[in-house]
Amino acid sequence: MRTEALHRNAVILAALVAASVTACAQVTEDQQKQWLGTPAASSHIGHLSGNAKAAAGDYRRYCVVCHGELGDGNGESAQWLDPKPRDFTLAVFKCRSTPTGTLPTDQDLYETIARGLDRSNMPPWNTFTTQQRADLVAWIKHYSPRWQTEKPGTPIEIPPEPEVTPGRVKAGRDVFARVQCWKCHGAEGRGNGPSASTLQDDLGRPILPYNFAEGGRFKCGSTDADLYRIFMTGLDGTPMPSFADNIKPEEAWDLVMYLRSLQPFPSKEKAIAKSLGLTPVSTTSTGP
Amino acid sequence: MVSCRRFFVAVISLSCLLASFTPSAQALPAFARKYGLRCSACHEAWPMLNYFGQKFKDNGYQLMNDRDSPIWQNPSYWPMTLRITPYFHRESTDKLPDVVDAPGTTNPSFVRGLTYSGFDHSGLDILTGGTLEKNISFLLVPSADETSAFHMESANVRFDNLFHSSWFNFKLGKFELDNLVSEKRILTLSANGGAYQLYHFIPAGDANIFGQIGDNQLGIEWMGHSVNDRTRISAAIMSTTDGSPDVPYGKNAYSGFFAASQAFDVGKLGTDRIGAYAMVGQAPTVFLTSGGVPIPSTGTGNKSFSREGFVGQFYFNKLNFQVVTQHGTDSAWFGAGFGNPIDNPGFPNNGPGVTLPAGTRNPSWNGAFIETHWVENPQLVFIQRSEWVHMSQQSIPGTPSNLGNTDNYVFGFRYMPLMNNRAGLAWHNEYAWIRQRGTALDGSDTTSSSVMSGLDFDF
Ligand code: HEC
Repeated sequence: MRTEALHRNAVILAALVAASVTACAQVTEDQQKQWLGTPAASSHIGHLSGNAKAAAGDYRRYCVVCHGELGDGNGESAQWLDPKPRDFTLAVFKCRSTPTGTLPTDQDLYETIARGLDRSNMPPWNTFTTQQRADLVAWIKHYSPRWQTEKPGTPIEIPPEPEVTPGRVKAGRDVFARVQCWKCHGAEGRGNGPSASTLQDDLGRPILPYNFAEGGRFKCGSTDADLYRIFMTGLDGTPMPSFADNIKPEEAWDLVMYLRSLQPFPSKEKAIAKSLGLTPVSTTSTGP
Repeated sequence: MVSCRRFFVAVISLSCLLASFTPSAQALPAFARKYGLRCSACHEAWPMLNYFGQKFKDNGYQLMNDRDSPIWQNPSYWPMTLRITPYFHRESTDKLPDVVDAPGTTNPSFVRGLTYSGFDHSGLDILTGGTLEKNISFLLVPSADETSAFHMESANVRFDNLFHSSWFNFKLGKFELDNLVSEKRILTLSANGGAYQLYHFIPAGDANIFGQIGDNQLGIEWMGHSVNDRTRISAAIMSTTDGSPDVPYGKNAYSGFFAASQAFDVGKLGTDRIGAYAMVGQAPTVFLTSGGVPIPSTGTGNKSFSREGFVGQFYFNKLNFQVVTQHGTDSAWFGAGFGNPIDNPGFPNNGPGVTLPAGTRNPSWNGAFIETHWVENPQLVFIQRSEWVHMSQQSIPGTPSNLGNTDNYVFGFRYMPLMNNRAGLAWHNEYAWIRQRGTALDGSDTTSSSVMSGLDFDF
């Protein structure tokens, strides 16, 4: 009798544990309502302070159609879109100045909103006032429990950009070969490396590596520093990893210069690559 | 002379009354479908654009996220929208020339009013637009009036971001002038409230129909804007035809339209914009005739006209104001009735030996409107507009100084029960009242009003 009762209690306990685990993964509307009133649902960008509640109207007007009422990326348009709208309940973001796996800074989200994400349906919302954007950043942060418990990562340091030299462009090519960028991006950066066709994002959806030869804007900014940041922090939620552990800051600038030479626009880097007669990296090498 | 002029005015206002409810407004769920956006992303309240929508339009109907080219669309995507409004209305005018009882009468005792009501429908707009390729877009709007007579409201192709610069955008064809406060996206629809008086004002007895900045025109436009559209500037050169095809008036008559504006962040309130516009043009007064009838496309003897003013868009959270001012001047020749014998064969032709009546001056006027919106949310908007156009100089000396002065007041609300990325439906309710000074046959004022309630929809 007693053992039976113990047994029953154990079953109930196991069920409770299981329920609480699922509850963790599945954010509820009530939780979000509660988080809306917490200090995490705010933002600070320079002298601007964003307040989540002030963004409710704008979110409904502009964002809900894709990102959904609960911020889970299940808005009414989501079914037609590829890539899918970001699920804010997971708080995993592509465009960060912070190390892979960490939360982005308010500034990162603030810039992303105005820039949009190219080759996706996420438009650049650069008509908004700075205040509107700051409020929207705060709003996005009320959707996920991560903002309640974690602090954003510390932005990586980007040393000043050195002068473009033939030696650096050439060294950049070596980095490109060594860390095997070509496996996905292809030897000529055309987005057609041997693994390109097998790539999937965290949702299990096929995803294409960036094609440098096409010359479109990068997802997370178009300056040299943006490019540096992209491969040193990685695009979380995608197969594009962070190379912070494999590439030294010095080498990172070399790689930036080599990558620029793969783009179709006239540039100093491209001219140097041409005069050096740089050929595409060998794709038979097996890495460092 | 004056009573004859009054008759023209009365005829013109009556025809305006009959013709004005052809909204030809542009709101394209086809765009919402293409991008997966709700109407509210681009429309403050459909069909009035917000800043994001204005930027979308200025980029040549592109979001600029590299998903603009049609190759990104499902092949079955068809960028077409239809818009029409079934409605009930009551129209009332207090004085009309009594042409039925006594044709051609000028006897003031015959002045009488007319009120009628009934179920009706608006004209139909077939709106197609979008990109032909990245940075090459089009807008084609075959539009029918309520009797199903079609015309091309818009037909243009545009090239955007030439030389990778947002400052180089060109369009060619028939297009809406770069009016920040767009009559094509007006929130009021009734016979007496469906147009901005300022955009179509013609002084009493004046024959210049070519200065109507609310009408789409045939020409070429350059437009430049900063990437986020805070600064915009444009210049267009058009044939002086008020948008009519076949160049039916002058042999060589052109007009220009220029606009510039700047938007400012006003913190928590939103983004405000101020700007200025000017239209300057020339229109013919001398036409060759055949059997006394003026021959189209033969007009010479160009005389000039101009319209210029300021525009402001001010946002205070849910409340916003749109303000437009205008100073207009026509050549004395237009003021004396020259300029358009093609549409009105009874109007004078400036043939050999014709001189202007002694003392005729350039008619000029000043006007303004303030339109206020309370946007409770993208689905419910309350609208008010007050508009005044007052003559500052009459063409013919001795004409009552206020002849033709127009005051217009409009109130209404639109409730949009649907708000998705597929279609638009608005329950539209409006009252509009207009008074024109001294335009009745007996020299008294004419007032007319409209009441309407209808369902404005597009898909
Ligand atoms: C038409 C659909 C659509 C609308 C509307 C939309 N988004 Fe997005 N958004 C997306 C898509 C799709 C992505 C993912 C893009 C990608 O992964 O490349 C995204 C991603 C994001 C991200 C993640 C960026 C990152 O670094 O991972 C943020 C933040 C964001 N959107 C904010 C907003 C805000 C704020 C609004 C409203 C002002 C908005 N979005 C409106 C489709 C949309």
